[in-house]
Amino acid sequence: MTQIYERIQELRRKYPQSRSAVMDALRLAQTEHGGWLPPEALREVADALDVTPAYCHSIASFYDMYHLEPVGKHMVEVCTNLSCALAGAQAVLDAFAHELGVRPGETTDDGEMTLRAIECAGGCGRAPVVVVDHVYHEPLRPEDVPGLLQELRGRE
Amino acid sequence: MDANNPILLMAGTQEHDLTRLDEYRAVGGYKALERARALEPQAVMDEISAATLRGRGGAGFPMGRKASLLAKGTGKPTYLVINADESEPGAFKDRDVLRMTPHRLIEGCLITAHGIGSKSVFIYIRGEYAHEFDVMRDALEDARTAGLLGGVTIVLHRGAGAYICGEETALLESLEGQRGQPRPRPPFPPVNGLYGAPTQINNVSTIALVPKIIELGAAEFSKIGVPSAPGTAVFSLSGNVAEPGNYERQLGTTLRELIYDVAGGIAGGRELKAVIPGGSSVPVLTPAEIDTPMDYDSIQAAGSFFGSAAIIVVDDRCCMVQLALRAEQFYMHESCGKCTPCRVGTRWLVQLLTKIEEGRGDRSDLDLLEGVCDRMLGKSLCALGDFAVYPVASYLEKYRGEFEAHVDGHGCPFGGASSIEGTFAPSDQHAPNLAETVHA
Ligand SMILES: Cc1cc2nc3c(=O)[nH]c(=O)nc-3n(C[C@H](O)[C@H](O)[C@H](O)COP(=O)(O)O)c2cc1C
Ligand code: SF4
Repeated sequence: MTQIYERIQELRRKYPQSRSAVMDALRLAQTEHGGWLPPEALREVADALDVTPAYCHSIASFYDMYHLEPVGKHMVEVCTNLSCALAGAQAVLDAFAHELGVRPGETTDDGEMTLRAIECAGGCGRAPVVVVDHVYHEPLRPEDVPGLLQELRGRE
Repeated sequence: MDANNPILLMAGTQEHDLTRLDEYRAVGGYKALERARALEPQAVMDEISAATLRGRGGAGFPMGRKASLLAKGTGKPTYLVINADESEPGAFKDRDVLRMTPHRLIEGCLITAHGIGSKSVFIYIRGEYAHEFDVMRDALEDARTAGLLGGVTIVLHRGAGAYICGEETALLESLEGQRGQPRPRPPFPPVNGLYGAPTQINNVSTIALVPKIIELGAAEFSKIGVPSAPGTAVFSLSGNVAEPGNYERQLGTTLRELIYDVAGGIAGGRELKAVIPGGSSVPVLTPAEIDTPMDYDSIQAAGSFFGSAAIIVVDDRCCMVQLALRAEQFYMHESCGKCTPCRVGTRWLVQLLTKIEEGRGDRSDLDLLEGVCDRMLGKSLCALGDFAVYPVASYLEKYRGEFEAHVDGHGCPFGGASSIEGTFAPSDQHAPNLAETVHA
């Protein structure tokens, strides 16, 4: 907690006005809280930036990369925007849903993996694009899905 | 330099690892900065203006003219902000600049900062570009250690997933720690931008071209491309082409050359059906229109926009109603909700397109689709409100027969066999269910 506080003070110093650090601060708090922002994380950020938790919530809810609900240990994101769709993204999303037994937006019962469909990730030239824990896999084909999941499950 | 195919932005990236400062210097990197710093700031800006460098981020506004609008003598600092939010569907050109030639962008920032008298630069990088952020951070550290910054601070700011933050005033709001919602204009950023101070905003690829302009001089630079838009652009080809990817070519290269000569034609030898030339936000072109040169004025004369030079190629297996629906789901998801036509209109269009695709529509729904588009176009605070209209209105206009077949035949004429059949959109996402299942 105090450690987050100190690190957010450092982020504040990057900017002429400290509120600009709210996005960095939320990202930091999210990482520290296992990939999502529980109410106490919003309070910590608010304290460190001299804003209110409601303010932090209004920011966190605006951007897709902040999560206000718990997520799995690993995040699997499949782009289904136009270029990826034309390259067969739906079959990739289906393969993940089938292997994991969840629908897009859901987390496996063991809390290991969250599956999400996402908008264009900027990898259209190597579509279909899958982003796993912020690392791009491009292109990823349906037949690559079981191996990738196996590798992820073995990873700590 | 190959006179027929000059490479400016990505020069040297094939042969060298330009993420390394020593290698960038070995190809002449930071020499233009040295030359620029020996010049009066106005002389630097005059060179950029003479080169008619037009913005590569979407609107194609001349960079030099934008800089001439910067308010002077305000007693406030002047800021330079680089738009690296790149989230336009189909666009991935800036990503290659960031990850393959970060020093060219840094050098462009430093030259421009000298030209406009700024000591403070912000680079807004979309949150998903984590690797690109790391590359930029390391390159910046190397430039700083080498003493190249010359008293200028460059701050890397990370986004967190919001297409609208690519719109310049939404980007400024986001950079100030607010929700990324566009500002009413005027005042425009050159007068009242970041923290209320005069601000120059440019796209990554615009700024990364600046060192080449100083190196070559405006006269040489202007020999490349077309007179109304000199230079090159990195064209992002995606969709159903045989060899998708980024290709740097002169402005004025035709869509036909880009699709067939550069990207290997249509994958699997299929038929070309549609080309979206500037990212999903611009009107579609038909195969009959692909002799159009890709430069701002020519593509606009053909009824579309240059956008971010992101060319999405669609073959004959794709249902245009499904394509319009998937595009519109994106705009609905990304609408910031500030203005009614955009907030309500995008939702309405998604509902109408769903109804038509599912065979529940009739001819009056096609008129309604047009009517909703008319009521949205030009009626919103920012261009997203128009971007949300172009796919629907232009697909309907140019592929009307296919829309009519959906309503007349009470179902999709592709009968479940369209190439993008059943594509799931993030706007349909359920909230994660882990709340109940997480282990205590
Ligand atoms: C919804 C929307 C999204 C945009 N996204 C981007 C973007 O990702 N990158 C970009 O450079 N410009 C984007 N723009 C255009 C910017 O508002 C602005 O015109 C541009 O950054 C100016 O830079 P330039 O003159 O160098 O092109 C977007 C505009 C709108 C309306
Ligand atoms: S047009 Fe749409 S995205 Fe733009 S400000 Fe209005 S509601 Fe927001």
